[in-house]
Amino acid sequence: MESAAPIVKFTSLKKRYGAGPLILDDINLTVAPGDFVSLIGPSGCGKSTILKLVSGLSPGTEGTLTVLGTTPREARDRQAFIFQDATLLPWLTAQRNVELPLRLRGMAAGPRAARAAEMLALVGLAEVPEYYPRQLSGGMKMRVSIARALTLDPQLLLLDEPFGALDEMTRNRLNEELLTLRERSRFTAVFVTHSVSEAVFLSNRVLVMAANPGRLHGEVRIDFAYPRIPALRERPEFQARVNEVSRLLHRVEATASP
Amino acid sequence: MKKTSRLFLWLLPALSGLLFVGLWYGVRTASGLQSWILPTPVEILAAAWHERVRLLAAAGSTALGALAGFLLAGALGFATALLLGVSRSLRAGLYPWLLVLQMTPVIVLTPIIVLWAGPGLPGIITITWLISFFPIVANMTQGLLSTDMNHVALFRMANASRLQEMLLLRVPSAMPYYLAGLRIAATLAPIGAIFGEYMVGNSSGGTGGLGFLVYSYNTQIKIPALFATALTSCLLGFIFVAAVAALNRAVLHKWHDSFERNDH
Repeated sequence: MESAAPIVKFTSLKKRYGAGPLILDDINLTVAPGDFVSLIGPSGCGKSTILKLVSGLSPGTEGTLTVLGTTPREARDRQAFIFQDATLLPWLTAQRNVELPLRLRGMAAGPRAARAAEMLALVGLAEVPEYYPRQLSGGMKMRVSIARALTLDPQLLLLDEPFGALDEMTRNRLNEELLTLRERSRFTAVFVTHSVSEAVFLSNRVLVMAANPGRLHGEVRIDFAYPRIPALRERPEFQARVNEVSRLLHRVEATASP
Repeated sequence: MKKTSRLFLWLLPALSGLLFVGLWYGVRTASGLQSWILPTPVEILAAAWHERVRLLAAAGSTALGALAGFLLAGALGFATALLLGVSRSLRAGLYPWLLVLQMTPVIVLTPIIVLWAGPGLPGIITITWLISFFPIVANMTQGLLSTDMNHVALFRMANASRLQEMLLLRVPSAMPYYLAGLRIAATLAPIGAIFGEYMVGNSSGGTGGLGFLVYSYNTQIKIPALFATALTSCLLGFIFVAAVAALNRAVLHKWHDSFERNDH
């Protein structure tokens, strides 16, 4: 019965900070279980604000938002957030960073360490549990961050441009790894990005947003079956979807007020 | 290139020191000043050797007062900063009074301190604490308020309690600031102790410490010995600073960027 209920449901939601301008206008969006939804749009269109609303870090101004059948705040323990930079605590080793959410929950040290080691192995970092973040490359840091987000088996994963700072090869590899993890952990994802091809590769739905005020402009369904393989990127149908999203983006950017 | 420049960095203080000593002799010879007004470095070292028993005993006594005051400032500074970091109202309510405390000249407070804490070690410790307390509080509070906003969001997302946020996030991320405060306090603590001894140590009738020696040598016009006391005070200060540098290294070298070297 839970599988039928939406994971996230925005109804006529508006958001402004204080007396400031409207950041988000009339957002209507339903994310179904198993969806991988990407949000893409010009900067200032409120993509990241949508994630903040869902995570309960920031309240909506008008309209309603339900997450996992309840309020964003109540749903917090069933969702996880991956930030733009890895946001690892620099004074903790990779292993201890992954343990952090479990530690905050009060889990005992033994099971906590076992679970963290398992997660690190899952993201291919079984070799470096005692490394501190500054000893890790950008890609490795992001893997630790992903492992940390998945330790509590969230139903909903929010990702705010997590691979934006990485080189393209690392980014592609992490995209593939993220999908593999999803096959295993079955989370629903809302993903903010600037990269059209990344959005098309990962998602079953790409939402294009417009700015001033931020609003949903259009949606492109990406119906390639999962699991997806790297070679998908070279297929003409893939390119066709990328072009479709790019066209929508151009239209949005052309109509944007300066 | 890199190796030579590092050697050069080590040699520079020695070079400037030699230059300074040369200048010192030059001034002494050219001006014809007498030894009791401007002793030469050799005369100072001789005086230090001659007075070594008194100087060492006094340095030990000063070190005790400085260390006690420093540790008190370190502990109370940490606790006070925690209070200030916890709530905006506490910060608004207390910080101005901390500033008032810091800006009141210690020399004005000295008679009051003697009246309340008594002469001798208790008074000296109080004065040392008073001088080294504020930089620790100010730095640590700044550190507690400078936590990365994404880290805070991470903790909020994980439904962390305020206590967890303080102990597992804000305090560790403020450690570089706390240690910077301790480093300043380490340079101030020996000065505070010597000042305290100079002002209140002599009335105790005890061994006195370096501050009391200053008083004593000055009244006896033993100027080379006075310079030797200054030298001893410097060395004591260096020991304090070196100890905090070691602590700083022990706490931060594994993770903090200030210890970033070419070891990957």
